[in-house]
Amino acid sequence: MQEQHIVKAFDRDLEAIQAMLMKMGGLVESAIVDGAQSLETRDVELADQVRQNDRQIDALEEQLVEETTRVIALRAPTASDLRTVMTVIKISSNLERVGDYAKNMAKRTTVLAEVNVIDGAAAQIRRMARDVQLMLKDALDAYIQRDEKLAMQVILRDEDVDQLYNALFRELLTFMMEDPRNITPCMHFHFIAKNVERMGDHVTSIAEQVIYLVTGEYPDESRPKQDKTSFISDAG
Amino acid sequence: MNDMRIMNRATGMQDTKMSAKGVDVYYGDNHAIKNVTVDIEDKTVTAFIGPSGCGKSTFLRCLNRMNDTIPVARVEGEITLDGENIYDAKVDPVQLRAKVGMVFQKPNPFPKSIYDNIAYGPRIHGLARNKSELDDIVEKSLRRGAIWDEVKDRLDAPGTGLSGGQQQRLCIARAIATEPEVLLMDEPCSALDPIATSQVEELIDELRQNFSVVIVTHSMQQAARVSQKTAFFHLGDLVEFGETGQIFTNPHDPRTESYITGRIG
Repeated sequence: MQEQHIVKAFDRDLEAIQAMLMKMGGLVESAIVDGAQSLETRDVELADQVRQNDRQIDALEEQLVEETTRVIALRAPTASDLRTVMTVIKISSNLERVGDYAKNMAKRTTVLAEVNVIDGAAAQIRRMARDVQLMLKDALDAYIQRDEKLAMQVILRDEDVDQLYNALFRELLTFMMEDPRNITPCMHFHFIAKNVERMGDHVTSIAEQVIYLVTGEYPDESRPKQDKTSFISDAG
Repeated sequence: MNDMRIMNRATGMQDTKMSAKGVDVYYGDNHAIKNVTVDIEDKTVTAFIGPSGCGKSTFLRCLNRMNDTIPVARVEGEITLDGENIYDAKVDPVQLRAKVGMVFQKPNPFPKSIYDNIAYGPRIHGLARNKSELDDIVEKSLRRGAIWDEVKDRLDAPGTGLSGGQQQRLCIARAIATEPEVLLMDEPCSALDPIATSQVEELIDELRQNFSVVIVTHSMQQAARVSQKTAFFHLGDLVEFGETGQIFTNPHDPRTESYITGRIG
């Protein structure tokens, strides 16, 4: 990384908050993977675990806000140090939201375990979740390595997630039209899919933070939007 | 959204008040300032920062020819005030220093009354025709120096009897009594406590309405607080000059970054 500060305790503080952020990121990655897995395998116990673990994620976010506030008050960071601190705060709140979505997915798993199976939906969601988890992993790696190119790739990959969501949306509509008894599970699947799609947006925001951290500037808002479901009136 | 940036603290386009072009300063064989080019804007606070011995004070002293008093010092290049070269043979350094005032690190009031401290400059430059005009200048300067309320009842008391912070504000009031156009400040707060420092900083911000202020400071936080433009000097080079918000959030030169973030560099 960079050269060290003359005051070494400052380095230790910055390392500590970034280590905490990475720990939080690791927990959120697991929550995504486990949430999707519990959905596909109808594993209520694993779903319960994901819901429990979310408390830890929330606690870490609070701790990070406290620590970054202390660093700002005591060290008056400037330039890249300041950007490090500011991005830690923003990324931690993105991570917290992603964790909430994973928890919500786990909650719905408990309900879905008791109703009709919708062929392929859970597997597709797991694929989406897998994509998002890999994006998150790369975004966090990009953060640690201060790699804005990798961060840019992550931003572009969000398109794929959006497309998976669009496809699943159409499919769920078809299932619902075929048989009204599918409506309950399909609605749940749809909320889950939408939440995974939102996770992708939060990960994109994390990648944008990385670019800001490295370059001091935010990337252009020119990314093509692929979520077109707001314009779809029926499955046709 | 870019139009509303708080961070861009520069007051918009200001005229250039002083301009240095390719300035070199030598102390004997020591090349203290290397080819520095910079524009000082009017009605703007410009801060010079940098480690000890980087040349920031030397450069500041070039702006009102204080280096003339050092026999081994040699200044090359061009420095203009309102487009006129201040090193031109026909420029009287005394007149120049009335236009480009200076405040030093240690408060240095004359061993005279508070009144006479302020009245000294206007008297020798003949700025007042009679006693009542001089009284007005003294009151106005002390008010601008944000010290009037504290001293108005004891203008005959010696200036040296004031507290450190008051003495420094007295010196600032003295410097602005001759209606300078530019005010140079060399570490004006380094001998002051935090409250006095805040008072001087508030004063600097008010002075900006009428003057161009150039401040040398070792406190980077002070530079960040009071200035609109910041110049970073290192080993005699002007490394980076820019809008203060940009220098402190996103400096372009790695040496600036190392210095302001407190890294070895």
